[in-house]
Amino acid sequence: MIADLLFGPFAFGFMRRALAGCIALSFAGPPLGVFLVLRRMALTSDVLQHGILPGIALGALLGGLSVPAMGIGGLAAGLAVALLAGWLARATGGREDAQFAGIYLVALAAGIAIISATRGIDLGHLLFGSVMAVDDAALTLMAGIATAALFGLATIWRPLVVESFDPDFLRAAGGRGAGWHLGFMALVVLCVVGGFVAMGTLMSVGLMMLPAVAARHWAAGLAGQMRASVAIALLASWLGLTLSFDADIPAGPAIVLVAGALWLASVAAGRRESLLRRHFPPLFPAIGQNRPT
Amino acid sequence: MRGAITVDRLTCRHGGVAVLEDVSARFAPGSLTAVAGPNGAGKTTLLRAIAGLHPVAAGLIDRGALPPGGIALLPQSAILDRSFPLTAADAVALGAWPRIGAFRGLGAAGERQVAAALTEVGLAGSARKLIGTLSAGQFQRLLFARVIMQDAPVILLDEPFNAVDAATVADLLALVRQWHAAGRTVIAVLHDLDLIAAQFPQTLLLARRQVAWGRTAEVLAPANLRRAAA
Repeated sequence: MIADLLFGPFAFGFMRRALAGCIALSFAGPPLGVFLVLRRMALTSDVLQHGILPGIALGALLGGLSVPAMGIGGLAAGLAVALLAGWLARATGGREDAQFAGIYLVALAAGIAIISATRGIDLGHLLFGSVMAVDDAALTLMAGIATAALFGLATIWRPLVVESFDPDFLRAAGGRGAGWHLGFMALVVLCVVGGFVAMGTLMSVGLMMLPAVAARHWAAGLAGQMRASVAIALLASWLGLTLSFDADIPAGPAIVLVAGALWLASVAAGRRESLLRRHFPPLFPAIGQNRPT
Repeated sequence: MRGAITVDRLTCRHGGVAVLEDVSARFAPGSLTAVAGPNGAGKTTLLRAIAGLHPVAAGLIDRGALPPGGIALLPQSAILDRSFPLTAADAVALGAWPRIGAFRGLGAAGERQVAAALTEVGLAGSARKLIGTLSAGQFQRLLFARVIMQDAPVILLDEPFNAVDAATVADLLALVRQWHAAGRTVIAVLHDLDLIAAQFPQTLLLARRQVAWGRTAEVLAPANLRRAAA
């Protein structure tokens, strides 16, 4: 009975495709999320997910309801928003959060306006995802994007770590900080776009951010946090898709709800900096606490 | 000459407001200079401008024939995220950036240099520890180890002895003297006038504008200090 609930849904091809795609994104997105958290940019991902919506809508308007057209539109819009946000923050001398609020409100409204004016697009599917829509093209998009993002992250790993920890040092030592930052933002945009078919533009960031935030409670070292975030995302993908199928709710919210439950559990009872640890010191202090993994 | 820094009528602005005005000084190769002055005097801005991190509004900074990465900057430890999940050894290895850049490996020689730098600052046993587990004094020692690792002819220290215990100050001062003896140009932002008088031959006294520059005993004369505080 329980096995039926947990594994039964994957008897369907579209569920298997969605799972495969989400597994791919679980390897690429959460490590980027860990860096977003470390760089105190957790809310930037929010801006990007709203920012890609008008691009996806325009892609659908111009290129029809094809995944590549919408994906390219989303990618272009996401990069434009990332550049615009950075430029506005510099040009207006700080107050980045206020500029971000402006950008994402306008982007969301523009996206919804374009979608409403275009016949044949289901707004709900675009915003919250639909596993039924994960065809071969969508799976190729998810897997391709995840692979590219993972290789990209491996390539810029060192400068990204340096730039996140001590940007001034990097610039003084002759490394150009802005280029690495832009490359990183491009990878984040990639991953947000990668999730839009299955999880929707509003929810796809959830699989990136919630596991990353939760991972802080399981590992102290950077590599350990990466591993923990991927593990949590994989679990959330599987259980979330199951929940989506069994309870008949869109995949995006289902996956985000499971990831959210795992995050809350981590806050409550994770190995480090959790509520449990605050009140009950570990039985075996040598394990877990502040060990570089 | 390698390691010579000349600042000529330098003015820096921040958001349109001049935070540093008309400063001129020469830091000869191998010189040891303290930068003193009240809070908001532009001391950190001067270091950042020399390091190329703050735009120059007027005047110029001549860094001589410095190679890329020829300036090692030790930032105020307060601006760094000490909970960042980095091991002590990795943090020190960052100093190798000018040599290895984004993609080359550190190599066995580099790893030996990291271990040697950690030993030199008294953190030999802490290589695998996360920086978040280090005390304030140990963290400052770690930043000094990164400077050692960078092996730069010019070293800029921004309040290197803030919130650090006396034993650590003594150890780190010994390193500064060692750099001075080895012919490196050292410029340090400091608050402790007694320490400056005892250890630093040359001083630049700032109060947004330049108050005095030259031999420490003359710069720290009571008349100058009154002008800086006014």
